[in-house]
This record gives sequence, C-alpha cells and structure tokens, in this order.
Amino acid sequence: MYDVIIIGAGPAGVSAALYTKRANLNVLMLYKGESALEKAEHIENYYGFENGISGKDLYITGMKQAKNLGVEVKEEEAINIKIDENNRYIVITEKEMYNTKTIILATGNKKNIPKIEGIREFEGRGVSYCAICDGFFYKNKDVVVIGNGKYAVSEANELVNIAKSVTILTDGKEAPEIKENSIKIDTRKIRRIIGDNKVEEVEFNDNDKIETSGVFVAVGVASGNDFAKKLGIITKDNNIVVNEKMETNIPGIYACGDCVGKLLQISKSVYEGTEAGLQAIQYIRSNK
Amino acid sequence: MSVLKIEEENFEKEVLKADGKVLLDFYADWCMPCKMMSPTIDEIAEELQGKVKVGKINIDNNQDLAMKYDVMSIPTIMIFENGNPIKTFIGVTEKQKILDQLK
Repeated sequence: MYDVIIIGAGPAGVSAALYTKRANLNVLMLYKGESALEKAEHIENYYGFENGISGKDLYITGMKQAKNLGVEVKEEEAINIKIDENNRYIVITEKEMYNTKTIILATGNKKNIPKIEGIREFEGRGVSYCAICDGFFYKNKDVVVIGNGKYAVSEANELVNIAKSVTILTDGKEAPEIKENSIKIDTRKIRRIIGDNKVEEVEFNDNDKIETSGVFVAVGVASGNDFAKKLGIITKDNNIVVNEKMETNIPGIYACGDCVGKLLQISKSVYEGTEAGLQAIQYIRSNK
Repeated sequence: MSVLKIEEENFEKEVLKADGKVLLDFYADWCMPCKMMSPTIDEIAEELQGKVKVGKINIDNNQDLAMKYDVMSIPTIMIFENGNPIKTFIGVTEKQKILDQLK
C-alpha cells in the first residue's frame, strides 16, 4: 500500500513527490509519454538559471532529483483508477495494480480529444469517454473506440463483453497490438461523426461509412480528464476543478499543474505540486 | 421530503403529473461517478425541501425509462416540468449549476 501515487513526472508531479517523500511517506510516481516541458526548447523565465535551461534538461534533472531523494519512479502507463469498498484507491497500469491512500494527478494539459467533426456535439449522445461507465447503454450494439494505444485497447476490452461488436478506429495511426480476437481494427482516417439526434455513423476520409451506436474516445495516454470522468471528479472545460488546496471533489485525490488549467507555467505547477503534496501529507496523518 | 425512489410504476404520478419542477438522477450502483454525484442530489433535496421534488432512478431496474429519455451516460441529471424534461446535465455536475436551473 502506497501513501501517495503521483501520476505525471513534470514540475507539478515532481514537486509533489519531493514534499511527500521528505515527509517520509511511501511515494510512487508513474509517468508515460511526453511532458510538455520536454518540448520547451529554452526556458528563460524560470527562477535560478542564469543562462536559461532547456525544457528537456529541466525535466530530466527534476526526475533525477526525485529519484535521488528515494521516490520510486516507474515508467508505466496508468490506464484506470478504481475505488474499493474501504475508499482506498487502486491505480491500474499496463503492468500492475497498486493500492494507495491518496492520488495526485499531475498529468499535464493533454486533452486527448481529437478534432473530429461531431465529437463535441454528440457528447452524452453516443460519444463517451468512459467504457466502464457507459458501456451498459450499448448492450448488443455496435461500438467503436477511437485511439491506438494501450488505453484504447483497455477501453475496447471493457466493451467487448457487452457490445455486439467493437472496432478500434486508429484515425490514420498505426494499429495497436491486441490479444482479443473479436476486436476489429480499422486504420482509416476519420472525417466526421454523423447522426440525427444521436450517433449513427462514422464517416472516413475515403467517403466510406460504418454504422455505430457508440463512439468511445481513448486517444493517446489516459489524461487527468479521462481519470476524472471515470471517477466522478468535477471538470470544467476539460480541466479538473480543484479548490485552493488542490483538492478535487473526491477526498484524497488532488490535481495540480497544467491538468487544472489556468497559467501553463512551470512556476505555477511547482507551487500547485507543493500544495497538493502538503495537503496529501496532512490527509494521511489525520486519517491514520 | 427525502429523495424519492422513482420507478416505472410511480413515474407518471411523481414526475409527469407533478406540480412544479422535478429533479431526477439516473444512476446505477456500479457507477463510480454516480456515487460521487449522489450526496449532492441528497443535499439539493434537503435544501429545496417542499419546493422541488427530487428523485433517483436506478437504470438497471428501469431500463425502459432510461431508453425513453435517451440516457446514454450516467449520471444523467434531468429536470422535468409539466411532464417534459427541460434541462439535462450529463456527468458529475456542480451543485450550483443544478440549483441555478431550479430557481
């Protein structure tokens, strides 16, 4: 059982890790995919670097700092979070399941909503971001999952026993590896989602269409927003809603950095990661 | 007035033929976001006691109702007036947003 699992290893995640580890908590930091920080070529507006620093160097140094302090860091993709009967959290990755008392979401700003015509329009009317929540409504119906990574495959696997058919649409990207034979894969580029009042068809760039009742969106690595939708964390404009203590509406789950929106700056992420870490420490000590 | 358990049998009486607005929460026991939403619905029922009727519909037991009102994602919060749904919120929704629509 971990005290804290931090998802994301950018400035917010690492800051939360430093504070929680220094408070002698049992901390695991999970990361996968590219941080926005790595892409920043040269940073001149962050305190303490006389000649500036590259985003990549800062990212790598930050992660090393956490490791040197004794934080357990694993490059594993978190694909789901569940809550057990005792209100303890289970973080499920591509490889393992980890139990934890608190979770700090520091997953960055990626929204993972592809720019396909009709996606926004049909949200809640056939377009879903959570297979386990909404799969029920697609009993014996044809559904598609948009995405091509492990997260998409995991969502497809949730649906395969409920729906009549499940097809993963990669939208022009490479097909993922799948073990489940009944899942179909179509790699064509998607043009739009069509329907009258609810989703009826997906049209490809080659003008061909397939009939479907449900479109499950699971692009890339699961984002903070994806976890929020699965758990019932309140979001606004696809940012996680937190109070000044970085608390979400679920006790013991915090969010910080770019996934809560506002200024997408390192200094803000460091502050929020610090606050989330300190709050998690307090939460664990008062719930012993 | 506490939160009503709404089912096929009492839907017409409690919702369609009700006076004033009725707030309905379509949920399932296995749905995590529904569990997060549930206390908010209870709070609203308490705060608006005597003013707004508040009910919960278990979609596992009332699939026809869920289908009739095009519920395809839960929780779905619907406000009825004069027998018709006038506002729908999909997913966990902030309390104030719901309260604003019940004024």
